[in-house]
Amino acid sequence: MMRAGLVLDDCLVRRGGFSLTIDCLVPPDCTVALVGPNGAGKSTLVEMLAGLLPLAQGRVTLAGRVLAGAGVRVAPQARGLGVVFQGLALFPGLSAVENVAYGLRARGMRRGPARAEAQRWLERFGIGGLAERRPGELSGGQAQRVALARAMIVRPPLLLLDEPMSALDVEARGAARSLLRGWLAAAPGVKLLVTHDLEDAVAVADRMVVLAAGRLVAEGTVAELLAAPPAFLAAMSRPRGPT
Amino acid sequence: MGGGKDGSGEGVLEAGFGDRSGGAGSGDRLGGAGSGDRLESALREGRAGGAHGVLAALGGVGVVFFLLPLVGLVSRATPAGLWRQLGSEVVGAAMWLSLEVSVIALGLCLVIGFPLAYLLARVEFPGRALVRGLVSLPMVLPPVVGGIALLSAFGRRGVLGEALAEVGVVLPFTTAGAVLAVTFVSMPFLVMTLEAALVGVDPRLEQAAATLGASRWRILRTVTLPAIRPALAAGLALCWARGLGEFGATITFAGNLEGRTQTMPLAVYDALQTDPEAAIALGLVLLAVSLTLLTALRGQIGRR
Repeated sequence: MMRAGLVLDDCLVRRGGFSLTIDCLVPPDCTVALVGPNGAGKSTLVEMLAGLLPLAQGRVTLAGRVLAGAGVRVAPQARGLGVVFQGLALFPGLSAVENVAYGLRARGMRRGPARAEAQRWLERFGIGGLAERRPGELSGGQAQRVALARAMIVRPPLLLLDEPMSALDVEARGAARSLLRGWLAAAPGVKLLVTHDLEDAVAVADRMVVLAAGRLVAEGTVAELLAAPPAFLAAMSRPRGPT
Repeated sequence: MGGGKDGSGEGVLEAGFGDRSGGAGSGDRLGGAGSGDRLESALREGRAGGAHGVLAALGGVGVVFFLLPLVGLVSRATPAGLWRQLGSEVVGAAMWLSLEVSVIALGLCLVIGFPLAYLLARVEFPGRALVRGLVSLPMVLPPVVGGIALLSAFGRRGVLGEALAEVGVVLPFTTAGAVLAVTFVSMPFLVMTLEAALVGVDPRLEQAAATLGASRWRILRTVTLPAIRPALAAGLALCWARGLGEFGATITFAGNLEGRTQTMPLAVYDALQTDPEAAIALGLVLLAVSLTLLTALRGQIGRR
């Protein structure tokens, strides 16, 4: 932990009546799973990191650069992050390759080179043949890959993935997990994977941050947390019953 | 009503009246905006087999209700009379003036109305509900009252009239005044349609574009506008159609001056005093233009 990764210094985020407090440090170049039940504050944290929600107190630093805090609030446009939104939020009127090229075009790259680069990313994710399809013509797994390529093409120092697996059916999830692990491991920067599924976290991430009711409950490597699971994790790993 | 595309007024009318059977379909579409949607979806689910006949019967009544007045107009017109009217100088001037005034007004509505709709839809500011009411006021105000209100604002002795006159701007009883009257009356149709559409745009899409580095302008151009395109077409169609038929506010504020403020509806009114046959012919021309416009733009909306 010589270099700085993502540092959340005594952060407080408010959304409506809900508030999230968190203080933690994520080492660079690792994949962190953010787990917790519904309402724990996972999406609130992601939106604050993306710059879509203000930081009420504290400070967020990414690779030494202050993103929010102490009177600073870098706009979402200027953070240079990659975000895979819950529900993916692909642009419905654009083809797959245009979706992926969007971030490069927004950075001023010309159409031709941006499309060529986007095509390479689609091929890397095994969907090079679907470049001209609209999001509505893609399966859940294909759309997920397009969303991932769209977020990763800008080589973000922080990649936020909010429940990226939710579009997949159960059979597809196993294969998707190992692919996702490989793709994320190959990318530099901090990768933050939000999931309510412990199996996703264990299969994909190096570290885990556990949230519950707006607070950090536990954090550490996946192995550490599995060895001494906090009460919430133990509850999560049991088959889910009606709540 | 595919015949509406051939551009000539007469052809449009023939197409409009010729297909009585085909007319029911487009009639349903025009009227199906509100509660009809629920019925329609109920039909699609097949829960209401018998309702189909009832719907068709009631929809048919609607079509006849809209069709009969048109048939009446057409039956009173003679081709020779229509031809003579089309060639007359007064009618030509009124027609061109109508197009000029309504197009300029439409441009103004878009330039002012879009930002207004955007503010109303996206920005919470004190008094927003009041502004919303204010903007839709011209829809419920009798147009003549609107004209009086415009006079008391921009007229020679109006609130702003004197100041305007000092810098050499005179609006009442000028073409610019007619444009102002049409803009006043028709802009609410565009603003309300756009506002509803802007509220309905998925904020996630705009947020996704922002995180990808897109400027506000790029987001508007590449995400927001494509999402509201059908509503934009509908709003422009309504706005233009309302402007083309504008009568009360125009005659009150801008007067009825041939070649300067006498638009088609005013020319119809004028003709009715002296030559009812000419009024019918003029009415038919106006009708043909409006029908072509609405059919073309409504067709745009159907595609999505």
